[in-house]
Amino acid sequence: MVEFLTSTVGLSGWLAWTIAAVVSAVLVLNVIAGGALAFIWAERKVSARIQDRLGPTRTGGRFGWLQSVADGIKLLAKEDLMPQGADGLLFRLAPYVSFCASFCAFIALPFAFDVVGQRLNVAVFFVVAVLGLEVFGVILAGYASASKWSLFGAMREAAQVVSYEVPLGMCVVVPVMIAGTMDMVTIAEKQAGWFWNWYIFHDPFTFVIFWVYVTCAVASVNRAPFDLAEAESELVAGFHTEYSGLRWSYFFMAEYGSMFLVSAMAAVLFLGGWNGPVPLASLAGLSAGTGDTAPYVVRLLGLANLVAKASLGVIVMMWIRWTLPRLRIDQVMATCLKYCTPIAAVMFAGAMLWKIALPGGLVPGLSRPGGEIREGWLPGPGGAAIPGESTRDGSLARVTP
Amino acid sequence: MTQLMGDDPRIVEFDVRTDEMLVNMGPQHPSTHGVLRLVLRTDGEIVSEVEPHIGYLHRCAEKIGENLTHRQWIPYTDRMDYLAAMNMNLGWALAVEKLMKYEVSQKARHLRVLITELGRIASHLVGMGAYGLDLGTFSPFLYAFRERERILDLFEEACGARLTYSYITIGGLTADLPPGWLQRCEAFLDQFEPIIAEYHALLTTNAIFVKRTAGIGVLSRDMAIEYGCSGPVLRGSGVDQDLRRDGEAIYTAMYDGYAFEVAVQKNGHYPRDHQYPAVPADAVLGDCWHRFFVRMLEVVQSMDLARQAIDRYASCKGTIGEPLKLTEKMPAGDAYLETECPKGQMGFYVVSDGSAIPWRVRARSSSFSNLAVAPELCRGCLIADVPAIVGSLDIVMGEIDR
Repeated sequence: MVEFLTSTVGLSGWLAWTIAAVVSAVLVLNVIAGGALAFIWAERKVSARIQDRLGPTRTGGRFGWLQSVADGIKLLAKEDLMPQGADGLLFRLAPYVSFCASFCAFIALPFAFDVVGQRLNVAVFFVVAVLGLEVFGVILAGYASASKWSLFGAMREAAQVVSYEVPLGMCVVVPVMIAGTMDMVTIAEKQAGWFWNWYIFHDPFTFVIFWVYVTCAVASVNRAPFDLAEAESELVAGFHTEYSGLRWSYFFMAEYGSMFLVSAMAAVLFLGGWNGPVPLASLAGLSAGTGDTAPYVVRLLGLANLVAKASLGVIVMMWIRWTLPRLRIDQVMATCLKYCTPIAAVMFAGAMLWKIALPGGLVPGLSRPGGEIREGWLPGPGGAAIPGESTRDGSLARVTP
Repeated sequence: MTQLMGDDPRIVEFDVRTDEMLVNMGPQHPSTHGVLRLVLRTDGEIVSEVEPHIGYLHRCAEKIGENLTHRQWIPYTDRMDYLAAMNMNLGWALAVEKLMKYEVSQKARHLRVLITELGRIASHLVGMGAYGLDLGTFSPFLYAFRERERILDLFEEACGARLTYSYITIGGLTADLPPGWLQRCEAFLDQFEPIIAEYHALLTTNAIFVKRTAGIGVLSRDMAIEYGCSGPVLRGSGVDQDLRRDGEAIYTAMYDGYAFEVAVQKNGHYPRDHQYPAVPADAVLGDCWHRFFVRMLEVVQSMDLARQAIDRYASCKGTIGEPLKLTEKMPAGDAYLETECPKGQMGFYVVSDGSAIPWRVRARSSSFSNLAVAPELCRGCLIADVPAIVGSLDIVMGEIDR
């Protein structure tokens, strides 16, 4: 886009960059916000079906598909309340901190090959780090609300999310170690081919650690049964007790954004990213790198794959939420410190040893990363592999055209 | 702290002391079952003291009773335990009948058993569903309400109301059942029976549910008796008492010839416990899990009783008889009767000076006594345990405040 603006339109470099950045940001923001609205609608419908209800049926004609928009309008029109003793600046700031943290992480999330806001060579690190900032919004909200219930919620969130980042980090490191890169595009690309190339099936340790990741991811985005920060039966509404209207909806959007993000992370790191279980594009002879329409078809297919996997993850989270009771704070901490962290540590060590002992996988021709069937592997943007990343692994360098 | 600082290594030790904080839980709070206000003294997440404040729903029902005739007060009993209004109606009707030494017809007697046992199922369903809400799971609540809805439909057909029935009244019932009602009731029972296994799967045996309830809020047998607890709270502590079997003659006569086993753990076993999930290893007699489980057993027990009542009612000839006139004069004297309501033993006291209007009316609330143990049970628990404990007592504020 920058190229287009500078060469075709003839804008100066900095202006082209700014315009490109704004357009990208608006795109990312709106796509994610739209997605969040869709997931809020899905949550209503999924919970309704689980609970033997119908959910929204009328808004927007059928299936209540406009319900989220109607809710948004209602929230916009609501009175904006701030408690008397609240710290005004922090109270106003908190929802945006949460929202920004959740949405910023999408910058580095690849949706399909090359369909990524900004390809980073430390994308995994970036996403985990930025997502970790979300907790600050919650703590600020709880602290600034001048409500005891909010404070309880904030303290719970601080204790819980900070603790769960440790096992979450360990889980995330395993695919990074196997792939030899933190670049999410490369990680996903290395799982191309049939579904047994996915890192969840790489070895028994990754299979176990995937479930640890799922547990930690649910906990780190505050979904049931780990939704202690907003535990409605104990803390009224937890950290957002005093929030109303649009500010409250920012927390909501952040929550759904984060849910999608951790699910997409799971898809990229463990479930083959945008590579379907069956390499349809490769079997059909399409490649992301050649032809006029093939690159678009491959990317669209990849996009559909990733969104489907991530949505499945979100729907599983909803299913869990509407089925299970909530854990108690000490049980949540015990789950993290006594189960998730040690299991993650052992599995990390196991995966490491596996990589040393069986570098080609259990059945060499089968699960070898970089098998014959690949979906549109291309080096980094601009035709050159990201220095020091993609070329670290011998197999990658070999298949680079 | 004693509860948490035991020798059990699974329990996290809380030895970090911080400043104490007073928190109001209620009267506007999602899990206080109406308008209960609990003042918590907390040290971080640990609750050192809980003080219930009641009276937000006080409507002077007893004083009003002194200005109405006996039968006119029936609608006020509806509004005490509004989740089991049939059982409340029965309690007052039987107390007045005891004063009059009145006996209803056999058909009316069996109909009363049928209706009150259905009321018990409905009440326990709400208790179960709301307990799920207290523990943070929403769906069982709606499943419970789905079944309760069918009971309410049956009640609506019988008496026209869905919540405040005034159906059972002094001298019988206001109306007989409409045609086809018994078949519909049987159809409901047949449909409902297999669903109980689902509730057990969703809650009773759910690992998180067991973790949240087993060993929490242990009410010892002695303490339960000392505080005057009753109903499932008492039986959950292993005290074998059920007024349907142990009550006064006028009440137990209603259940004469009915076969049922009191839902209480005896020698480590619940009645017919082979049909139900095993008691989890962590559960201690008298904890939240046992109180919940007793309610679940009573749902099955009430279904059995309802089936027996259907057979007996159907085999009775004649009519249920007419209830007494609204302005019926009562003999002078007084009468007190406790009945086994879903929440516990609900007592009604009536003093009559020989006129149509009672001289004094009093009610003994079971929820009141059951709530009284909450401060004892909540001492040293975590904030999340407070809804779990109060929810397991299954209180109704309408009955406590009257």
